[in-house]
Amino acid sequence: MIELAGLTKRYGLKTAVRELTCVIRPGQVTGFLGPNGAGKSTTMRMILGLDHPTAGRALVEGRPYARLTDPLTVVGALLEARAVHPGRTAFHHLLCLAQSNGIPRRRVGQVLDLVGLGEVGAKRPKGFSLGMGQRLGIASALLGDPRILIFDEPVNGLDPEGIHWVRNLLRRLAAEGRTVFVSSHLMSEMALTADHLIVIGQGQLLADTSMAGFIEENARSYTRVSSPDRERLLDALNSAGLAATPASGPGADGALDLEGDQTVAVGELAAERRLVLHELCHHRASLEEAFMRLTRQAVEYQARDGAEDRRGAGSRQGWEG
Amino acid sequence: MSHARRVLLSEWTKIRTVRATVWTLASALVVTVALGMLISALLNNGFDDLSREERLTFDPTFISFAGTSLGQLAMIAFGILVVSNEYGTGMIRASLAAVPVRGELLAAKLAVATALALAVGMVTSFAAFLLGQLMLGDHRTDLGQPGVLRAVLGTGLYMGLIALFAMGLTWVLRSALLSFGVQIPFFFMISNILANVPATEKVGDYLPDQAGSRVMAVIDDGGWPYGPWVGLLIMLAWVAAAVAAGWFVLRRRDA
Repeated sequence: MIELAGLTKRYGLKTAVRELTCVIRPGQVTGFLGPNGAGKSTTMRMILGLDHPTAGRALVEGRPYARLTDPLTVVGALLEARAVHPGRTAFHHLLCLAQSNGIPRRRVGQVLDLVGLGEVGAKRPKGFSLGMGQRLGIASALLGDPRILIFDEPVNGLDPEGIHWVRNLLRRLAAEGRTVFVSSHLMSEMALTADHLIVIGQGQLLADTSMAGFIEENARSYTRVSSPDRERLLDALNSAGLAATPASGPGADGALDLEGDQTVAVGELAAERRLVLHELCHHRASLEEAFMRLTRQAVEYQARDGAEDRRGAGSRQGWEG
Repeated sequence: MSHARRVLLSEWTKIRTVRATVWTLASALVVTVALGMLISALLNNGFDDLSREERLTFDPTFISFAGTSLGQLAMIAFGILVVSNEYGTGMIRASLAAVPVRGELLAAKLAVATALALAVGMVTSFAAFLLGQLMLGDHRTDLGQPGVLRAVLGTGLYMGLIALFAMGLTWVLRSALLSFGVQIPFFFMISNILANVPATEKVGDYLPDQAGSRVMAVIDDGGWPYGPWVGLLIMLAWVAAAVAAGWFVLRRRDA
């Protein structure tokens, strides 16, 4: 279990993480979501005692990270793919980490095989692809067979087969009763992996909810309707008190969108007015879109907030992926 | 195995599994000995051309250590690399996640690397002395003469300490580029200039390498304001300050 209590990190005037309070529980995959620059990596570094919090604290198994004896056997972390000296072989990289925590030498070979790097253990990582580097990072996280796993963007640079492998690995680790905390800026990826979500934007907690709850609350649903006689359809909808807006996005040309599920009302209205319909269906917005909407609102709120009290909440966040 | 021993073993693995650190130590030995032999041989051949005063203060021990001026740069490079290897690559985060008590990581790394630098320094010092004397022919001295053994042991100590000084400073500077850019020019040129230009000579004599190298001389030519052991103590104070600064920075800053 990981507990964050009022965790805050400020760099000068910029607040990277603002009073983050939440609990990451064992036995499930907890997705940590937010746009790039939202403070995910900073939070993870503070959990590991690498960055000092400005205020608040982070506890693992009830203790600050620095108080753990042989921390690698309690917490395994993939922080960045290249936390590796390029001139030290994969085997020796893992060996020096293992030795410092009293992990037996044979475990090094085991984790190398586990992540599919058994063949290149004697090679120097400077020739590794991004995906291989990521696998080596995952191997170091698994080294101490820890109860808690922290992965920062684990699928970055992996090919589809690798992504599939990471997804299964995360699910398996959680099924074994471990605490699995994994960050991503890709909602679509999390939708396939996580049971629980913690969403942050500009360092602030936006949502701490189950995946199902998140979908329920945030994925907007709408009814799309299109007719060759668009003007008459619009009149009919207006007179029936159904608010419609022109649809946007690819393949939307000329279609109209209505909030919620209105297929029955629109179908009956069209029959009554003898209107030809080419499309009538109920859509649920993608989770990706819901997530983007949630974080975008937060960004805008923050920007206004910052302008008002002149604290300068920081630049607008970039969005990738 | 005790906790401290585990961390020491881990640091030993880190040093021996990167080629560059091993090579810098090897070149410290080779450069110091080879250059010392060359200069000893040249002076032996040209001894008769020296002035009367130069002949009177001729110090065969000091001459055989002439190679340390270049060899120490390799020692400094070793000290820089041992620490900057962690930073250039993000390895420091993996290291601190494994050993989160920062003082522990720093102490283990410095202990292992300094022990190694001292061992190589001692071998270098004895080899440079013995082979240098071989080149000096009739002008040679031996370990039995007063002050000679002290100078040879002191030179080994100097080589280890200069590496430790570089390590301490690199914990502060954190980048290999910056550390090399500051330390190599300083010890190669700037320190020597400061110690030899009349305007800055008095201050320059107290720089770490100038003070430390006093121990290499057996014959006092009157150019030093202090004796060999005081010189070494001055150098030790510099080293202690560099290590303390490194520890302070490592403790305070985010990794």
